[in-house]
Amino acid sequence: MIRPGKMLVQVLQSLFKKSATSQYPFKKSEMPAHYRGKINFHPELCIGCKMCERDCPSNAIKIVKVGDKKFEAQFDLAKCIYCAQCVDSCIKKALESTKEFELAVLDKNKLKVTFCADVKKDTDK
Amino acid sequence: MRKVVIPIGPQHPALKEPESFSVTLSGERIMAFSARLGYNHRGIEKACEERTYLQDVYLIERICGICSHTHSTCFVQAVEEIAGLQVPKRALYIRSIIGELERIHSHLLWLGVAGHEVGFDTLLMYTWRDREVVMDILAELTGNRVNYGINLIGGVKRDLEKQHITDILKSVDILEERTKYYIQVCKEESTLIQRLSGVGVLSHNDALSLGAVGPTARASDVARDTRADDPYAAYDELDFKIVTDDHNDVYGRTLVRLGELMESYRLIRTAIKNLPEGLISVKAPRKIPVGEAFSRYEAPRGEDVHYVKSNGTDKPERVKVRAPTLANVQTVAKMLEDGQLADLPIVIAAIDPCFSCTDRLISVNSSKSETLGSMKWEDLRLYGIEWHRSKGMDFSAINKKLAERL
Amino acid sequence: MLISIFNLLVFPGIIFLGVAGMSAEFIDRKLYARMQNRTGPPWFQPWADFIKLVSKEDVVPTEANPRMFRAMPIFALTSTITASFYIPLWSTHALYSFNGDLIVTIYLLTIPTLTYFLGGWYSTSLYSKIGAIRSLTQLFAYEVPLLMCILAPALLANTWSLSEMAKFYSHHHWYWMFNLLGFAISLIALLGKLEKVPFDIPEAETEIVGGTFTEYSGRLLAMFKLSINIETIVGASLVSAVYLPFGLQLTPALGILLYVGKLLFIISILSLSRTIFARFRMDQMVEFCWKIVSPLAFLQMLICLILKGVLAI
Repeated sequence: MIRPGKMLVQVLQSLFKKSATSQYPFKKSEMPAHYRGKINFHPELCIGCKMCERDCPSNAIKIVKVGDKKFEAQFDLAKCIYCAQCVDSCIKKALESTKEFELAVLDKNKLKVTFCADVKKDTDK
Repeated sequence: MRKVVIPIGPQHPALKEPESFSVTLSGERIMAFSARLGYNHRGIEKACEERTYLQDVYLIERICGICSHTHSTCFVQAVEEIAGLQVPKRALYIRSIIGELERIHSHLLWLGVAGHEVGFDTLLMYTWRDREVVMDILAELTGNRVNYGINLIGGVKRDLEKQHITDILKSVDILEERTKYYIQVCKEESTLIQRLSGVGVLSHNDALSLGAVGPTARASDVARDTRADDPYAAYDELDFKIVTDDHNDVYGRTLVRLGELMESYRLIRTAIKNLPEGLISVKAPRKIPVGEAFSRYEAPRGEDVHYVKSNGTDKPERVKVRAPTLANVQTVAKMLEDGQLADLPIVIAAIDPCFSCTDRLISVNSSKSETLGSMKWEDLRLYGIEWHRSKGMDFSAINKKLAERL
Repeated sequence: MLISIFNLLVFPGIIFLGVAGMSAEFIDRKLYARMQNRTGPPWFQPWADFIKLVSKEDVVPTEANPRMFRAMPIFALTSTITASFYIPLWSTHALYSFNGDLIVTIYLLTIPTLTYFLGGWYSTSLYSKIGAIRSLTQLFAYEVPLLMCILAPALLANTWSLSEMAKFYSHHHWYWMFNLLGFAISLIALLGKLEKVPFDIPEAETEIVGGTFTEYSGRLLAMFKLSINIETIVGASLVSAVYLPFGLQLTPALGILLYVGKLLFIISILSLSRTIFARFRMDQMVEFCWKIVSPLAFLQMLICLILKGVLAI
């Protein structure tokens, strides 16, 4: 039956329902288990094959040798497109994606993240 | 009454992306309509030639924010064909499932936008609320709400687990119930029907001659759907039925999209029931052998076409993308003939335009000849230098210095 | 003298109407949001919007006629406030009244629409001009049914004064029930007057950006917005005074409560219709108003005339 006000009933029901709006900044939202967020780097696993560097679509990652079999990863989070290709490319599983997604900062330099290999520990040995 | 020409765009509340339309009005009646494309040219095709196939998948995925899976699947299909890869059945099924989920989110988004264009914001709020269900399930399956990044040359990256399957089925049930309600609303709410029916009429013959694709064509009773005509992924095993309508107007396009939503739910259920066991990807070579391929995919907006030519290296020689909006945008002028200004937003919205995907071409007006034509690269460079010089910026000294240093 | 100034500035003048108008906007937006299953704005949102607009720069387009462009918001505001003086709010007495104030009130409430037209027309932007023409076209569509359906109760009461009408309906308790058809029509016309969905054609944002107000900014836009808010209150008061004239002889405290209740009822009906309908097209709206609403308004008048004969008033 064609008539105006078809949504009347649902609209009135909504008045007494809890609103669907997510209260985001006040209530943290949980990302699913395999979310592709900020990349994490485990320096102890890296062998410096630079496959991640080669496959990165946006040149956001750089592996630098800092010592004997010690590597550090320099990320440019502003360039990263969070495709997690580096995670897939890494044969030693030295890279993993985390659930962290709140990456906005006011200072652009903070977007350049370096995961340092623990060089000091090495010299102690 | 005196005729006025009003600009719709490049910045206008009715348009979600910049595109320029100019409308000649006599009162409220549209006398002439012209579109100017090209505000969103991003040079993606050229950029593809400078990246490896692996990187291209991610770049191609970012052609469109809504139908990202469409473009990446279409590209990956072409590359797989050149490389002669046998993609595992399970991967094809997963691609189809993600593709249908994407269609659901795109069509629900469209329904909301259509509601907003005719001043029915309640429909917008409700459909977008329900769309969150499918967005969440996509995030769970692929790791992101848009730009799923699930495609890989030779298969898919992520497998469907048991938990995922129950979650998909649960959300499909919720969405199916909501879609049934929206079908009722669209078929019964008289103020909405008044705004949609008889608006933007595209006859069957016009749809054929202008080469309309997707729901725009199907609403003019053109039974054309790549999923049925040239089945890709797992569609040949899914018993797919084309949804058509003979209203020929925006109302018909709404009904077609709502019908496709119902069809998508059915397809997802069938695909999950028949989901074969096995591998989800095969190893693809980094260097793709010489060859060329042409791939078709039914995007939520219509048929998407990719052409890939390889030269034996790890980078493609040429990539060509024809997004569905390019095929449909010509029909808008026909639909708006003798139309009203008030109907313009909904008629443009009814083809579900995605202008960023469409803009591939640059046409430059030469100031000398005053006619529309192309400009040689050298002329363009000289023109740029002249233009800057006329504004008081002379780079010739710096250029000389640079040349010396090199 | 002092009392007049108090009346003009505080009660029921600018301050009272401003506060009431802002509250009306809040209630409208909150209900609209809740009905769409959203949270909606906090109570101070209309005030925050207003303060923000006031603190912004006024931009007058170079092509526009600056005098007309600046004067129109002031005209809109003053005419709506003036109209409120003739409407009995919670008693049978308005601030001022004379025989014929009904017509004056209706015409004062027409002036804002005319200022939207002139403001839009003199800002010379294409979107504004189209919006201006649309708001004038719309005026011709809803004004006739509004006038006719408000005249019907006046005919029954045999007076042209709103205060006299209130007195009449207070004496004859259940007579307002005869005018329920007119009540519905007046709500439709009020939607058109306030340019709300489904009749927000003059400022349909997806078609003509901001409509008449496209070029307005800063204080001038704030004044227009305030005048629309006040018009909501004044329009709702007029409708409640004409069609819901019961409980006018209660004590002031109860009377005010009842008056607020009536306003809330009318405002929530307005937001409900904003929620459940799609926007009309200009031709559809004119057709709807002339072919359906106007004959119904005539019917209301006919009912009142017949009743007048039957009841021998």
